[in-house]
Amino acid sequence: MAGHKTDPMISRRALLASTAAAALVGSTQAKARFLSGEVPWAPGAATPPEPALPGGWIYFTPDEARAVEAIVERLIPADELSPSGKDAGCAVFIDRQLAGPYGGAERLYMKPPFVAGTAPEFGPQSPLSPAQQYRVALKSLDAYCRSNFGGKGFAELAPEERDKVLAAMEKGEPKFDGFGSRPFFNLVLQNTMEGFFADPIYGGNRDMVGWKLIGFPGARYDYRDFIDHVTEPYTLPPVSLQGRAGWNPGR
Amino acid sequence: MARKLPKKDVVIIGLGWTGSLLAHELTDAGLDVVAIERGPWRDTSTDFSPTQDPDELRYGIRLDLFLRPAQETFTLRHNTGQNALPIRWPGAFIVGNGVGGAGVHWNGHTWRFLESDFTLKTRLTERYGAAAMPADMQVEDWGVTYSDLEPFYDKFEYISGTSGRAGNIKGQIQPGGNPFEGPRSRGYPLPPLKDTAPTALFAKTANEMGYHAFPRPAGNASEAYVNPLGIAMGPCTYCGFCERFGCGNYSKASPQANVLPVLMRKSNFSVRTESEVLHINKDASGKRATGVTFVDTSGEEWEQPADIVLVCAYGLHNVRMMLLSGIGTPYDPQSGEGTVGRNYAYQSAGAAGLLFEGKRFNPFVGTGSLGQCIDDFNGDNFDHAGLGFFGGASITTSNYHGRPIASSANRAPGTPAWGAAWKKQVSSTYQNASAVAGQGSVYSYRDKYLDLDPVYKDRYGRPLLRMTFDWHDNEKKMTRYIAQKCAEIGKAMGAKHVTPRSIPEHFNVVPYQSTHNTGGAIMGDNPKRSAVNRYLQSWDVHNVFVVGASAFPQNAGYNPTGTVGALALWAAEAIRTQYLKNPGPLVQA
Repeated sequence: MAGHKTDPMISRRALLASTAAAALVGSTQAKARFLSGEVPWAPGAATPPEPALPGGWIYFTPDEARAVEAIVERLIPADELSPSGKDAGCAVFIDRQLAGPYGGAERLYMKPPFVAGTAPEFGPQSPLSPAQQYRVALKSLDAYCRSNFGGKGFAELAPEERDKVLAAMEKGEPKFDGFGSRPFFNLVLQNTMEGFFADPIYGGNRDMVGWKLIGFPGARYDYRDFIDHVTEPYTLPPVSLQGRAGWNPGR
Repeated sequence: MARKLPKKDVVIIGLGWTGSLLAHELTDAGLDVVAIERGPWRDTSTDFSPTQDPDELRYGIRLDLFLRPAQETFTLRHNTGQNALPIRWPGAFIVGNGVGGAGVHWNGHTWRFLESDFTLKTRLTERYGAAAMPADMQVEDWGVTYSDLEPFYDKFEYISGTSGRAGNIKGQIQPGGNPFEGPRSRGYPLPPLKDTAPTALFAKTANEMGYHAFPRPAGNASEAYVNPLGIAMGPCTYCGFCERFGCGNYSKASPQANVLPVLMRKSNFSVRTESEVLHINKDASGKRATGVTFVDTSGEEWEQPADIVLVCAYGLHNVRMMLLSGIGTPYDPQSGEGTVGRNYAYQSAGAAGLLFEGKRFNPFVGTGSLGQCIDDFNGDNFDHAGLGFFGGASITTSNYHGRPIASSANRAPGTPAWGAAWKKQVSSTYQNASAVAGQGSVYSYRDKYLDLDPVYKDRYGRPLLRMTFDWHDNEKKMTRYIAQKCAEIGKAMGAKHVTPRSIPEHFNVVPYQSTHNTGGAIMGDNPKRSAVNRYLQSWDVHNVFVVGASAFPQNAGYNPTGTVGALALWAAEAIRTQYLKNPGPLVQA
């Protein structure tokens, strides 16, 4: 067994077998590959990020979008430090995320049985995808607001009233049907922070306002000339995966 | 019906660190080797380039490079009286997938375990008496010693380009290194990384308190380096995107940066990607493996015959592969008999969160393993008499990222998570947050183990791996002790808010903790209490070797990769020098 060199025919036969199998796959993105004798390389074979699509709402209905904008505007309000979550594009970010693989729970384990009422230590056990969670919970939020605030929806409430509702949801006080107010609050808060601080390529963090707020310089990737005086102010402006506004005057 | 491929000398399940190292060694010995990897081909220029790598949402939050639960996940219960539930989205631990495995997106901590870690049962029994140990604790000696593994630790550090400062060279204690480490034959191949403000402050403070600070050994190249395979690494740029990210600079140790450029060019090596091994096949005697069966992306099944089968997947998946293939006897916690699934363990965190005032840490300047550590409270480096627990932790202040989404959760105790008040402090907490954190041991217990889930299946209809795990009192006490030590250091460092954290009452799969799952196919010298012998060879099927942290009899207070790499090279040496000459059990049962 030991000590003999490869018979090149073996690899070739295996390669042919593999190619035959691959031909049956059709045009799925990922295909089984057989690689031998070289480091595979092909021009343009990178896996770049998929930027958020421009234009109107993709997943949200207009009413849902108004409610989510009204939420993110209070989770991250405008002040002298930065624009609001709404003006930073957090609702657009969430809309695009829900329309994509994240919203559709493509990466999650979604096989039954789904057991209800389990301890939080075992993680979420909901049969709903994140996109469905928003749809169901926003409906409950609307009903809750209309019955408690004289027929007004969340987006029509005064800022202080919206804060009150959000604070109650954070504690899980309003009873929502289908998806609880507390897990929904946690989901929106997480997604809002994602939108505010993710690369602007995904539709939020417009003009890198989130990064400017905390002093994160973005996709710089090399601090060798800075680490020896690391506690001094870092003076270069932030940069996104797509560059900076100054590089794209038309944006 | 699976179609049969031409026979190979060796088939490797999984092409991560261990698979790459073994493939390199065994192809050098002239064997024809094929690796079967269920994830995609990945390489630096196409998948982790600097123009796409620093993307926190894609890689850090949506976990683009990791195994997706839709593909395979685990179920968890705290005890045998419960029904296990599936982990539907990774939380406590996040598992690798694809060529390079978790070696693509680790931080680079490249530790050697302590000498006493390898003989733990003997050590604790001799020093404290068998009666001092909890009745259900089943720690074991490894069957190998530190000095057996030392040449292989050394080899792994030189292949992977580790930056660090030796603490003990051939018995001579070295200034500025870890005085508790076992003797090493020579220093690290690269000098330590540069410090940042919090790590330097930790080292100064710890030394003033009488502890022994040293730079954390790092798989992040502090300088340009050419490894013994002739592969060049570039110097680390401190970009702050290591853990959960690939490295675009060829600076972080990985199969891609350190092994694959040579391995892939060998004519006697091949890899099948996006091809998932379903099970190992055995002959009629059940004592010899004949190869593996895998399925490709078209759904077609293939049989790959081979003389040697190397199980080199993630540790938990190694255990599942053995259970699915009927190799070894499944562990039964009631009788205590059986070996596969036995001695599952994990990692435990006792720590202190720190919030300073008036600092400008610029935390985005950092790299995976940048940190200063002390080992004064690790393993059995301190006297446990009267403490009520065993084990300990390496204690570190690290600086591996300043990623903004993750950092948005940093806040002073009792302050809001949103709204104007949150925003007023977020820029300050970003610049002022740090931690003193223990990477703690978890010892093994009779009732904590791995088996196949009776309800939940993967996409091919095979049972998921079921974890029966919860925290034991020993680890709760230990992490409280460590958290207190961390808090003392944090206060001495001058932090305004110091928040000690120890493990909770019950194991929680939601917050990220550690991907250092260990055991389940442990090594040892007794086939009744271990699944593989000291060479990682199955006691039951001699041409199957099971390589990874699955072999750890219990977990130490360190990250596992250095020891996993050393074990892979140790097993490769045994196969090359012993098994090939005389295929059969290397240790008589």
